[in-house]
Amino acid sequence: MNEILEVLANDARLSPQEIAKLTGKKVAEVEREIKKYEKDGTIVKYKAVINQDMIREDKQLVRALIEVGITPQKDVGFDAIAERIYSFPEVASCYLVSGAYDLLVVVEGDSLQTVANFIASKLAPLEAVQRTTTHFLLKKYKEDGQVFKKNQQGKRLNISY
Amino acid sequence: MTLRMQISKKVEQLAPSGIRAFFDLVLGMKDVISLGVGEPDFVTPWPIREKAIYSLEKGYTSYTSNKGMPELRRQITHFLKHHHHLDYDPEEEILITVGVSEGLDLAVRAILNPGDKVLIPEPCYVSYGPVVELAGGEAVYLKTDVSNGFKLTAKQIDQAARKGVKALMINYPANPTGTSYCKAELQEIAKVVLKHDLLVLSDEIYDELTYDFEHTALPSLPGMKNHVIYLNGFSKAYAMTGFRLGYACGPEKIISAMTKIHQYTMLCASITAQIAAQEALKTGFKDVQIMKREYARRRRFIVEGLNSIGLACHNPEGAFYVFPSITNTGQKSLDFAKNLLQKKKVALVPGVAFGKSLDGHVRISYASSYENLKEALSRMAGFLGR
Repeated sequence: MNEILEVLANDARLSPQEIAKLTGKKVAEVEREIKKYEKDGTIVKYKAVINQDMIREDKQLVRALIEVGITPQKDVGFDAIAERIYSFPEVASCYLVSGAYDLLVVVEGDSLQTVANFIASKLAPLEAVQRTTTHFLLKKYKEDGQVFKKNQQGKRLNISY
Repeated sequence: MTLRMQISKKVEQLAPSGIRAFFDLVLGMKDVISLGVGEPDFVTPWPIREKAIYSLEKGYTSYTSNKGMPELRRQITHFLKHHHHLDYDPEEEILITVGVSEGLDLAVRAILNPGDKVLIPEPCYVSYGPVVELAGGEAVYLKTDVSNGFKLTAKQIDQAARKGVKALMINYPANPTGTSYCKAELQEIAKVVLKHDLLVLSDEIYDELTYDFEHTALPSLPGMKNHVIYLNGFSKAYAMTGFRLGYACGPEKIISAMTKIHQYTMLCASITAQIAAQEALKTGFKDVQIMKREYARRRRFIVEGLNSIGLACHNPEGAFYVFPSITNTGQKSLDFAKNLLQKKKVALVPGVAFGKSLDGHVRISYASSYENLKEALSRMAGFLGR
């Protein structure tokens, strides 16, 4: 991976000035490259990674992984039906996968009922959908390389040769 | 008999450490940002830790061969061949040690007779002088300074070696300066070593953390294999300091002599560490590269940052240390470190710990997160009134 991307993927708040210092590039060069990545869609957006379990609200987000079996359509394969599915705002992620089913869809809702309703009324009735298997998520341990655990203290001595 | 008289004269005479009290001060203080740590801020990569746990579950809790587990010795010599063009026999020319520290101690004890002189660069890692003295040798310090990036020169070694010297200690990339040598510089040093028939104890523990050029292992240079005791280990590259695992490679005769001492004093390195090290060699290299890239970025940041707040700092070639000058503050290194700690809660190591002539420097370790480095720099700027 390009070093600017590597650095930003770890901390998106770094300024072009800071990135220039860290990578030994010129500020203008860093700005130019970032702009290029934003324009061509390599950098999609900048956002905070939030541990939902830490948010003390009445309604906690409910998440489900749904395995969806699909009948592919002539000419467009899975893409058209995938688009119909991922366009629903309830769908957080959508992947085409190999194996026993075709689409892996992550659905979010503010209750078990909302998620179940979405599957029963929106997803399952789609003509191309052959079957669905739903797994409600119970706990998130790690996502995209990030472990969801409070900061652990370093164990080194504060000073040593 | 008073307690004092019960201690051997040699130990009694070892340089006491004014630094020790400072270290205790740091260790007793909370919420310190420390740039004083001589080990990686990464935890040992999980596959290596997991392997160690698995070995314990399987009951690998015994002694190993004195020299170290045969499979580990084979793996290391194989790695050295492919990464550093070194050709060592896994049966006769390698010894697994408890860190480079033990390797160094064994090496000097194996080769020195009373009064033998050993050339040591100054500044250097804190144990070099004491292990030579404990082994009955005489440490002869070769001063280096920032004007040539704290490098030993062939000329310096040549002149000192004329007075009858047995060995030379060298460490690159170096603790505390980060200084390293490129191949051409090492070739010059090798010429003098061969000319005076010296033995070199080459501590290359930071070799993987070389940023501006490829690291050249000293014994890989023509004619040098029989003149070098090559010391390396797993602590810095694989973030395995607490495992205490290193190795020494060299001529069969010397390794055999070192093994003799090792078998009586240490018996063997811990089996858990030896198994973990095998996993490091199998799967750890990718993690080494990730850590190295991160250190390289921090180096750029800290060197520029220190220079910008008025602490002149040369750009070191490796390790994770910088060794800026504090002479323009008018303070001695220990006072500077104490004041900075007390006023701004930033810890670093006074230069004087690494040699008397280095009182105008401090050692800063950038084995600390970018956030910490940034905050520490800003506090130091405040401390210096910038």
